[in-house]
Amino acid sequence: MLFFSFFKTLTDQVITVELKNDLCITGTLKSVDQFLNIRLDGITVEDPERHPHMMAVKNCFIRGSVVRYVRMGARSVDTTLLEDATRRGEFMVRVLKGLRVD
Amino acid sequence: MSAVEAYVDHTVQVILYDGRVIVGKLRGYDPRTNLILSDCVEREYSLEGVEMVPLGLYMIKGDNVAIIGEMDEDKDGSIDYTEIKAEPLGEIRL
Repeated sequence: MLFFSFFKTLTDQVITVELKNDLCITGTLKSVDQFLNIRLDGITVEDPERHPHMMAVKNCFIRGSVVRYVRMGARSVDTTLLEDATRRGEFMVRVLKGLRVD
Repeated sequence: MSAVEAYVDHTVQVILYDGRVIVGKLRGYDPRTNLILSDCVEREYSLEGVEMVPLGLYMIKGDNVAIIGEMDEDKDGSIDYTEIKAEPLGEIRL
């Protein structure tokens, strides 16, 4: 649940998702669910020469099970807070209460 | 999973775990990403261009689905796929 809440705080930010088939897709995070399935809008592929397969695709749903990494701007994450939260689980409480998490 | 709701009755491109690319109209889905697609065409990428293989109606078990992408049909129609030369996508590893 912690990382689900964490990804929800990244909604509307541009992230890059690296898949387990080496495809890297950049786009605006539109939604995330409990399985960490990710919906990206306005996507671009990192190496279109090698991976032209997504050329005509404008937005996509990525199954959580195929994600290897998610890359995001360092400023999108309060690592100290996240670090604490992974130990205490308080992050989620703050998110649920709608308190500032950045 | 409700993120997929927006794609129902739209043309989608599904990329499977083994790297296959299937384009069809999304007719239904469930929380396990099981999909029903009508008028499916498989797009076989190779260094000789893309080959389109008609498949018909497909039910895809969710375990095999990697990506569901919404097609921009205008853009798709403007691409000459015989000129697109690329290796097929790799399978999902690890």
